[in-house]
Amino acid sequence: MGMAAADAQFHVLAVDDSLIDRKLIERLLKTSSFQVTTVDSGSKALEFLGWHHDEEDDDDDDERSNSNEVFVSPKNHQEVEVNLVITDYCMPGMTGYDLLKKMKESSFLRNIPVVIMSSENVPSRINRCLEEGAEEFILKPVRLSDVNKLRPHMMKSKCKDIIQNPQNQEKQDNNELIQSQSQSQQTSQPNNNTSNKRKSMDEGLSPDRTRPRYNDMTVMSN
Amino acid sequence: MEVDQLQRTFHDYHASLFNEGFLDEQFVQLQQLQDESNPGFVVEVVSLFFEDSERLLNDLSKALDQVNVDFRKIDAHVHQLKGSSSSIGAQRVRNACIAFRNFCDERNIEACLQCLQQVRQEYLLVKTKLEALLRLEQQIVAAGGASPM
Repeated sequence: MGMAAADAQFHVLAVDDSLIDRKLIERLLKTSSFQVTTVDSGSKALEFLGWHHDEEDDDDDDERSNSNEVFVSPKNHQEVEVNLVITDYCMPGMTGYDLLKKMKESSFLRNIPVVIMSSENVPSRINRCLEEGAEEFILKPVRLSDVNKLRPHMMKSKCKDIIQNPQNQEKQDNNELIQSQSQSQQTSQPNNNTSNKRKSMDEGLSPDRTRPRYNDMTVMSN
Repeated sequence: MEVDQLQRTFHDYHASLFNEGFLDEQFVQLQQLQDESNPGFVVEVVSLFFEDSERLLNDLSKALDQVNVDFRKIDAHVHQLKGSSSSIGAQRVRNACIAFRNFCDERNIEACLQCLQQVRQEYLLVKTKLEALLRLEQQIVAAGGASPM
């Protein structure tokens, strides 16, 4: 299904200690044409995202609040970018809230949108999560209509990312966009982690399936 | 047996499970997630539910049998069971779990034991019904019909 492959460019990391719920969220996300990785704990999620807390780090970044943080891109995950993390709230060990907090405290991870799921409708819990920076709080069981609400968060974050880091943009298919940016770099970047996405963009992309985010970009750069 | 006949039987049985409250809307959501690219999705999730539930019911039995009952542990198990039954749409099991948790809060062992009985009963009922439903689906497909799921 070529079209679906072209659309499967948003990658969601789903975190839930329940196997059934992982199966469900995976199916829901795949049905909505997202790429999915599931893990069963917050610590595995952080590991996947390449976050390590290195207590022996003694480099010169003492001024930064995250001086003990080392971001290591796991070797087998170099090409993988996560566009959204959806996590269960109630998990043994690290809760979804703890995971959210850790991500927001990390200069590398804070821009990844986080959505929290919970089977319990506790207003104080919901508020706490939203205040900590969660994009949404979804009540379980999660449905297709809930998953449909996720795409805008991923797109918004992608746009923000492109504006802040124009040198990471895809080149050929976005020449006009690049020219309208203040900084334009035509050469491909060595640490380009969008290469997979560029490939999937080139394959079988038909006009009516063009991702609206690029249209948004045009509007925003005016 | 004719495919049409089987389809009708399936349809009626399916409807009755909803009318009698065994299943709720969430089960329909599961069905909607099943398609040609994932023909076994409902069976897969339902099987996981069976495994999960049996494990949890055993754990609950053991936990309530202890000299010093750990209500937090029991609550955690029931919470899990409530979650998984909710995720597949096993409404009566979920409701029985909700009642169970209330008695956990009260630290009432006797009541908890009764709740466990109740949850187990509801589980066995829905298990029987789901197995029957899935068997009907199998028969339809085997007879050359399209899956009614």
